[in-house]
Amino acid sequence: MYRFPQTVPKGVETEDAIPVRLVINEEPMVLDVPPWTSLLDLLRHRLALTGTKKGCDHGQCGACTVLVDGRRINSCLKLAVSLDGAEITTIEGMAGEDGALHPLQEAFVRHDGFQCGYCTPGQICSAQGLLNEGHAESREEVKELMSGNICRCGAYPNILDAIEDVLNDRVSEPRMPE
Amino acid sequence: MKRFSYTRPTEVSEALAEAEGEDVYFLAGGTNLVDLMKENVERPRHLVDITHLPLDRIEEVGSGLKIGALVPNSDLAHDPRVAERYPLLSLALLNGASPQLRNSATTGGNLLQRTRCYYFYDVATPCNKRDPGTGCQAIGGLTRLHAILGASPHCIATHPSDMCVAMAALDAVVHVESASGARTIPFEEFHRLPDDTPERDTTLEPGELVTAVELPPTRFDKHYTYLKLRDRQSYAFALVSVAAAMHLEDGVMTDVRLVLGGVAHKPWRDRDAEAFLSGKAPERAHFSDAADVVLAQARGQGANDFKIELAHRAIVRALDQAARGSPQSITDKRIA
Repeated sequence: MYRFPQTVPKGVETEDAIPVRLVINEEPMVLDVPPWTSLLDLLRHRLALTGTKKGCDHGQCGACTVLVDGRRINSCLKLAVSLDGAEITTIEGMAGEDGALHPLQEAFVRHDGFQCGYCTPGQICSAQGLLNEGHAESREEVKELMSGNICRCGAYPNILDAIEDVLNDRVSEPRMPE
Repeated sequence: MKRFSYTRPTEVSEALAEAEGEDVYFLAGGTNLVDLMKENVERPRHLVDITHLPLDRIEEVGSGLKIGALVPNSDLAHDPRVAERYPLLSLALLNGASPQLRNSATTGGNLLQRTRCYYFYDVATPCNKRDPGTGCQAIGGLTRLHAILGASPHCIATHPSDMCVAMAALDAVVHVESASGARTIPFEEFHRLPDDTPERDTTLEPGELVTAVELPPTRFDKHYTYLKLRDRQSYAFALVSVAAAMHLEDGVMTDVRLVLGGVAHKPWRDRDAEAFLSGKAPERAHFSDAADVVLAQARGQGANDFKIELAHRAIVRALDQAARGSPQSITDKRIA
C-alpha cells in the first residue's frame, strides 16, 4: 500500500491534541489528534488516505462512508478522538495483500457502477457494511439499504447489479445500453 | 468549528461531574451535534464524550425492556426482542435516516436531536430557538418541514425523529441522571411545545444525562403501522408520519394509540382521538372522524397548508393498515 509520511498540518496547536489509539486498515497506530478533527479529515489530511471522499461533509451524501469495527458510518460526522480503540477500514484497505481487487471492486468495474467515480469508495464501503449486516436479500432491500449513498451521475441500476452479484455470489453479464 | 476542550470518561459518575457549568455538552453518536457544531449552531465550551460509558445494553425489566442510552438505532431496530415485542419501534427506526447514520446515532441522541428547520441551521438569520429573542424567519418563509399543530408565534419548528413517534405511542419512560440524583420522565412530558421559550426542546434540566429509555410491556405486535410520507422515498425527514397501534377484541378497537411526527415541536399524541376510537368498529368513517379530532386545531403556515390534508389522509390510511394487521413495508413504497 502506498503511504505518505505522517505530518502535523500547519495551524494545529499540538497542546490541544489528544492521544487516540486506532487500527487503520490493519495497521495499529497512536495519533495525537485535536478533538475537533473528524475521522474524515484525519484520514484525508493527516494520513493522506484520500480514497475516502468529502462530498457534503454533513452526513447527507455517504461519500465519506468507512467501516468502523465492521460497521459502516459517515466519517464526516465522527470526531476521531471518539473512536479510541476502534478498527477502521477505508477503501484503501479493501483490496487484498497482493493488490487483487475486492469482489465488490471487481463487480463495480464489471457493471460500470459509476461515471465520475467520486461516490464509489463510499458506495463500496457501504456495500461491504450492508453485506456484514445481513439484512438485505432482495434487490428492493439492497436499494433501500443503500439509500445513504447518493450518486449524482445516477449509476444506481449498475451499482445495484454489482452489489447483487456479490450478495448472491455470482458473476452476471453487465447490462448493455439500450 | 469553535474550539472546545474534551474529555472521555468511562464511568457515568465521572461524566455527570464533568457536566457542571455553562455550555458543557454530552457527545454520543455525533450525527446531529457534530453537524451543528460545524455550522456554528452549537458552540460547546467543553465536550464530554460519553461514548465509552457502559450504557449500551438492552435489558429485560419485568416484562418490558430498558434500552441503554448508547444503544445504536440500528442495533435497537434489529434486536430480536424489540422486533418481536415492539415491531412498531423497529419499523419507525428503519424509516429514519440511512443505515450509516443509524449505526452511529444512539437512543439518547435520537431523543435529543434538534429540528431541521432551515432557519435554525442558518446562523445568518434570526431564530428564537438558536438565539432567543431574535425572531422567527420561518414564519412567512419556507415552511415545508414546519408545524401545523402546537406552534407558537415564536417558533414553528418540528421535531424530526421517527423513533420518538413510536416511543410516544408505546408509553416509554425516559431515565435521566445528574450529579444530584436520578429521575424518570414520562415520554409525553419529555419533549415540549415551543411557547415563548423555543430554545428548550425538552424538560431536561442542565447537567442531566439521559441514561436509558424504558418500554413497558405492550401487545402491539400485530395491529400496528408506521406510515411516513416524505419528499423522496428513503433517507428524508417526514412531511407527515403516523404511528398507529391498537388491540381488536370482538370486532371493536381497544387501547388505540395514535401519534403524528413531522407536524409539531414534539411527537403529537392525541388522547382524545384515541378515546374516540376506543370501543368502535375499525371502519374508515371512524378513522376519518378521528383524523378530524386530531386536526381540529391544525393551522398551516401558507406553504405547508397541504400538510393538514396530507395528515388527514395519512391518519386514515395508518389506522386502516393497523386494523388490517398490514404494516407499511419499508421496501415496497406503495402505500398498502
